[in-house]
Amino acid sequence: MVAVMTRIGVAAAVAVAGLWAAGAQADTIRIATEGAYKPYNFKDAAGNLVGFEIDLAAELCTRMEAECEIVEQAWDGIIPSLIAKKYDAIMAGMSIKASREEVISFSRYYVNTPITFAVLSDSALVGTESAMEAITLGEVSAEEQAVIDAMKGVLNGLTVGVQTSTTHEAFMTEFMPEIDLKSYDTMDNMILDLEAGRIDAGYTSMTYLRPILEQGDDIAVIGPKMTGGPLGRGVAVGLRQEDTELRDRFNAAIDTMIADGTLSAMATEWFGTDISPTE
Amino acid sequence: MDFELIAESLPRLAEGIDETLLLAGSSLVIGFVLAVPIALLNLSNNGTVRTLSSGYVYIFRSTPLLVQIFLIYYGSGQFRAELQAVGLWFLFRESWFCAILALTLNTAAYTSQIIRGGLQSVPWGQIEAARSIGMPGFMAFRRLIFPIAIRQALPAYGNEIILMVKSTSLASTITILEITAIAKKIISATYQPVEVFLIAGAIYLSLNFIVTRAIMLVEFWLTPHLRVDRRIPPVVRRTPAPVPAP
Repeated sequence: MVAVMTRIGVAAAVAVAGLWAAGAQADTIRIATEGAYKPYNFKDAAGNLVGFEIDLAAELCTRMEAECEIVEQAWDGIIPSLIAKKYDAIMAGMSIKASREEVISFSRYYVNTPITFAVLSDSALVGTESAMEAITLGEVSAEEQAVIDAMKGVLNGLTVGVQTSTTHEAFMTEFMPEIDLKSYDTMDNMILDLEAGRIDAGYTSMTYLRPILEQGDDIAVIGPKMTGGPLGRGVAVGLRQEDTELRDRFNAAIDTMIADGTLSAMATEWFGTDISPTE
Repeated sequence: MDFELIAESLPRLAEGIDETLLLAGSSLVIGFVLAVPIALLNLSNNGTVRTLSSGYVYIFRSTPLLVQIFLIYYGSGQFRAELQAVGLWFLFRESWFCAILALTLNTAAYTSQIIRGGLQSVPWGQIEAARSIGMPGFMAFRRLIFPIAIRQALPAYGNEIILMVKSTSLASTITILEITAIAKKIISATYQPVEVFLIAGAIYLSLNFIVTRAIMLVEFWLTPHLRVDRRIPPVVRRTPAPVPAP
């Protein structure tokens, strides 16, 4: 009897050890995405996660020779959950930004997209002249400040919508604190309210707006296209600060994709224009 | 635990108390006013009226409040032209209006059932007594049935008030800057949800502490007949008077 019990015990121990070893060997990287930020990551009609970052994640994982699992996570908890180790990486159209770098680290950026104001086509704001086509907000020159101030004058007394916890919201609070701001849980809800006339303009990225602009003609874009400063230094993979090895692996994989042109092709496929870095 | 962050976020979160109380207060008052007729219609002998009012209650009690808020806010946005035609868009344009409307319709459904239960709990003998001394129907309702019904319903209605104070947090999803929305905003800048939500939770706790105390007080006023003097009377000890020395 004792012998049988011992044998069962040993078998169980071996089985557990085997499972444990298998778990340790399998290199699974859990990547979180929002699933509501077209064309970066969104859901198709069948409810499957698709988008530029879903394809990119698959390609990066192949190059890193890792198993990957895509996890869906609401945007406003996406950084705290990374720190709480619910997953290992974030690929959700997240820009590199100083305040975020205090709590997490980033890979090198894989795309960089300008941000601008969207309004309804029948809005009085359509046709607003801007002295500059594009502005880089790192160190704002006098000329650039004048363009921002002009924009502020145009929007004075109006309500602007942004997605909450985004670089867009950070820009509005830093550069245009006088303008009435409404914060939405998703960009889609912000666009719904723009169409309903509850807000006069939405401040969001050109890459998000492009498919909307192509689909219909009820939304137009005004003002300068902005990058840098509070808007961040490009979209990258968000990682825990201690996971330096994982960051190096992501960086190496992104570099090879830039070198052989696959990243450029993928960006063109999803965004309609090549917004990937050249080197 | 980041105590500095706690100290910094407390005053900012406290700024949202106004909005939270405004949402809860106005929807509770309007909801109560709507709930009384709904409860009476629910007890009506007219089948059509009864079906309509119980249908309303069924719909609003059986769907999530979050869904109701979204439907009213984003749903009304889809019917902008129609609402403009009837001159109601200026109300539906405002997120506070949509939030109060959703909260009101929701609490009216629940409250009507609480009141209905109270009305049905009034003993038949007391109604008979009122009729026997010749009280007309409405006077009997005003003087006897309604006060007793409210007294019976109060503990359940207290629950509803507490639920409503907490439900206002859902208004944060339609851009209203109440306590929860401000908490989310602070978290988006600090990425420290534990500290901020702890404070937000503590604020809701204190608000509801006041609510519970207030309900207890009203209950005390309304039930003088249930109050028993529980003080134990002091023992009167008879000490024999000292015998004067002869």
